[in-house]
Order: sequence, then C-alpha cells, then structure tokens
Amino acid sequence: MTAVQRDPVLVARVMLTVAGLALLWPAIELAEFDPRQLFAAGNLQTMGRFLSTFFPMALGADFLGLVLRSTLETLALATAGTALAIVLALPLAMAVSESLSISRVGPARRVWVGRLLRAPLRALLIFMRSIPEIVWALLFVRAVGLGPAAGVLAIAINYAGMLGKVYFEIFEAGDTRPARAVLETGGGRVHAFFYGVLPVALPELVSYSVYRWECAIRASVVMGFVGAGGLGQQMELSMRMLEGGEVSTMLVAFFALVMLADALSALLRKALT
Amino acid sequence: MNLTLEALHLVLPGGHRALAGMLLDVSRGERIAVIGPSGAGKTSLLRVLGTALRPSSGKLAISGVDPWSLPAGALRHLRSRIGLIHQAPPLPPRQRLVTAVLAGRLGAWGFVKGLASLAYPADIDGARAALARLDLADRLFDRCDRLSGGQLQRVGVARVLYQKPDLLLADEPVSSLDPQLADQTVGELHREARARGVTLVASLHAVDLALKWFPRVVGLRDGAVAFDRPPVRVTDAMLRDLYATETPVIPVQGVEPLQRPEPGPRATRRGAPPLCR
Repeated sequence: MTAVQRDPVLVARVMLTVAGLALLWPAIELAEFDPRQLFAAGNLQTMGRFLSTFFPMALGADFLGLVLRSTLETLALATAGTALAIVLALPLAMAVSESLSISRVGPARRVWVGRLLRAPLRALLIFMRSIPEIVWALLFVRAVGLGPAAGVLAIAINYAGMLGKVYFEIFEAGDTRPARAVLETGGGRVHAFFYGVLPVALPELVSYSVYRWECAIRASVVMGFVGAGGLGQQMELSMRMLEGGEVSTMLVAFFALVMLADALSALLRKALT
Repeated sequence: MNLTLEALHLVLPGGHRALAGMLLDVSRGERIAVIGPSGAGKTSLLRVLGTALRPSSGKLAISGVDPWSLPAGALRHLRSRIGLIHQAPPLPPRQRLVTAVLAGRLGAWGFVKGLASLAYPADIDGARAALARLDLADRLFDRCDRLSGGQLQRVGVARVLYQKPDLLLADEPVSSLDPQLADQTVGELHREARARGVTLVASLHAVDLALKWFPRVVGLRDGAVAFDRPPVRVTDAMLRDLYATETPVIPVQGVEPLQRPEPGPRATRRGAPPLCR
C-alpha cells in the first residue's frame, strides 16, 4: 500500500470551484447585469428627478396620524402572520426532521416507512414557500377582501414554508445526540424534541424567527401594493398620486420599524445565550 | 436481563466492520467489564446491546427476544428498561441538571407527564437523590454548561441511575474523572446493579478499575472477544497482547501495579465465571 501524498480532496475542490464559476457566468449574462448602465448620463438624470420629488417630506399632523396608524397595522400584520407561521412550521419541521425519527435508531427495518411519510410533508413545505407571498396575498384578497387579514394569511402560509425548512435544518445541524439519547431510552418524538432538540436549537430558532418577522414587516409593504393593508397600501396610494414627500415620510417610518426589529433580535439573542 | 450474542456482525454505514463474530452470553445480574484498545468495538457492542444499532447479521437476544423483531411499541418499552451511560454525556448545554436527570425516565413516563415536567419538574426529590449519589445534589438547578467535563459525566451517570433500568450499560463512564472519583463512581454503579439485581456491562479504558471491580472481564480486539474470564485469570501477558497494537503499556488510571482481587472460593473454580464476589 502506498501512502497518499496529496490531500485526496484537492481534485474535487478544484472541480467544484470551476463548476461554480462556469454556472455563475451565464447567470450574470442572462440577468442582463451591466453596472455601466447605472452611470449613463440619461439614466442618472431620471433617477435624480424621481428622488427629488421625495423632498420636502410630508409632516402634516393628519398625515402623521395616518402614518402612525398604518405603521401599527403593518406591525400587527407582520406579527400575527409570523406567529401563525411559527405555529404551522414547528410541527411540520418536527415531522420531517430525521434526528427525531424513532425508526432511524438502529436503523430499524421499517425506516423506509418514515422516509415515505416525510417526502410529501417536505413537498408541502416547498409548495408553501415556492409560491411568493404576493401571489398568496392576491389570492386571499379575493377571499377575505381588501385589508390586513389577507396579508396575515399570505405571510402565515409562505413563511411557514420557509420557517419549516430552516427549522428542520437547524434541528439537524445542531448536536443531535441529546435527542437520540431520549429516543434510545424509549422516549417519543415529541419528548425528544423538547428534551433534546429545543434546548440545543433555541437561540438559533429565536434569532431566525425574529429575522423572519423583520422580513414580514418588509414583505407586508409589498403586499400592501396589492391591497393587503398597512403602510404598503398607503405608500401605493401616495405613489400613484405622485406625492413623493409622503412616500419619504413613510420610508422613514419603515426604517424605524426595521431598526426596532434589529434591536429586538439583538436583545433576545443576548438574553438566550 | 440476560443477553445472548452469537456470530454477531455489525458493519457501520461507512463500511467499517465494527463487530466481527461477537460471541457473548450474559446471565441476569452479572457484572461485566469490557476492555480493549480503541477501535476494538467496545462502544459498538454497548450500542448494539442498547438497541441503538441494529446488527448486520447474527443472533442477538435480550431476555430471550430479538429486539429487532418486536413491534415499535414493544421496542420502545424495552428501550425504556435499558440505560446507557455515554462516554460523552448527551446533555444539551442549556438544560438544567434537574431536567437532564429526569429525562432518564421519559420512556417510562407517559406523554403528558413528560411534557408537564418541563413546566414544573415532576420529581425534584428523585433527581436530587440521584445526583446526591454522585456528590452533585447542590447543583440540581444549575445549567449543564456551568459544569466541568467530569461533573457532566457524573450527571450522565445520575440520569441512568434515576432511570432504574433492568440492563445497565456504561460506555467508559469514568473517562474524564480523576482516579478517586472514578473509583467511587464505578462503585456506585456496582451498588446499584447489586442492590436491584440488574445486569451491568461497562467498557473501561483503565484496566485496573476493570480488574478491581468486576467479577468477569471481557477483552475485545478487532470486533471479537479475545478473552472472557474472571479477573484473577487475566494475566499481564494477555493484557499486553490485547493492547499490543495500541501501546506497549497497559492503560491504567492508578499508579500502583495491577491488583487482582483475592481469589475467592468461586473464582478459583474453573469453568463458569463467578456471579458474585
């Protein structure tokens, strides 16, 4: 037997890098990405004109009241939507997680049964997140009418798909031995989750969920454009009426919301470690 | 529980042959030490006995039954009666000791009791008593990540003591303890096994501990039994041979030369290994 002289993974690494670059190049071409366009004289002028309509900001008392109400609506929409999404995502993530699979201990002969049952649940998660929240919002606006309720449902479904996927990836990425030890002493899947997985994964779960909540705040603006309530709906109205000053005021409110989410996330992270 | 292994092979997912033709017969209430160089199959053997790994071929019977032929519910019940002390205790860093110890009995508790115990510990006194046997009672409400490696290993032991299993398995249960604590902890395992008449199988890195405490010592090499006999009949030559591939020195934890118990009336008899000393 001859000793291995080179790092045996060298060839694989080089191939992967080359393949990655080879895939990236056509993607850039296909997306028509050309930074020079940004700085062409005509384009710069057009952008400048658009931005100049943003000032002065609209600061009338009536309007500020409206912004405040819409901001709270957005906050409520994003919070309710994310909370619902978490409630939907947790059991789904627990169901598809292999580290909580009793038949994987051994593995037992019937391990394929579990795999077979997990496949459609995974597909469900993919389905929920592959349809953009704006499409869900358009659908629910038709079902429950204009307003935040449609936004809540859209976020709940779409984000449950995303949270479910990331949750179960967090479950698998952490130390899975505590959960397995519970299964090996005859505990069930739910016990293994609460005694073995959750204490390991909690900080990451919380930090990702708060990040998703922040995303929901931003997404709710986009959904507002199709009538799902909140700041977005107001912003769409102002834009349509070419009230740049109002738009900029709302953007500031929006910035404050995202800062709030960021601060909360940092706070929770600190409290949980 | 009595255990029977015949021509048992275990091939791990990577293709490594961990156990190759294991042959072992353990009667109820026996206390056995498993020794051997690293990679000899000690952990694999214990995990097979704990029904955590399914043998690739051969016969395995626990209390006369092949666990892998049992329906799912019965297998779970069997698992709740087997306790394995892991070499690296599988405890979440943020979990409190009381929860970590109580988790030992999740298999015996019902679904609801297990969950309710997270809101308020179901058996604080029981957990404290189990920890007290390992001098850790005062840390009951501490988090696992506030403990040292040696303390954590003792929490793992306390958890299995609290489980009260009918088959007590221990995978190098004292590898991160100093000699005195190691001795005390192995002693505690013995008291438990003896008092309740349960079977104890422990793998040990320190040969002196194995020879001192266990009436039967099994030497493992390359996934098979190299020798299986009472400690008085384990010679230095056999031990040197067992560890030949790993180290020229026989691994011990103490500084004194290897001691064997005084040969009692049963240990001198040839044939069946003694059941008690």
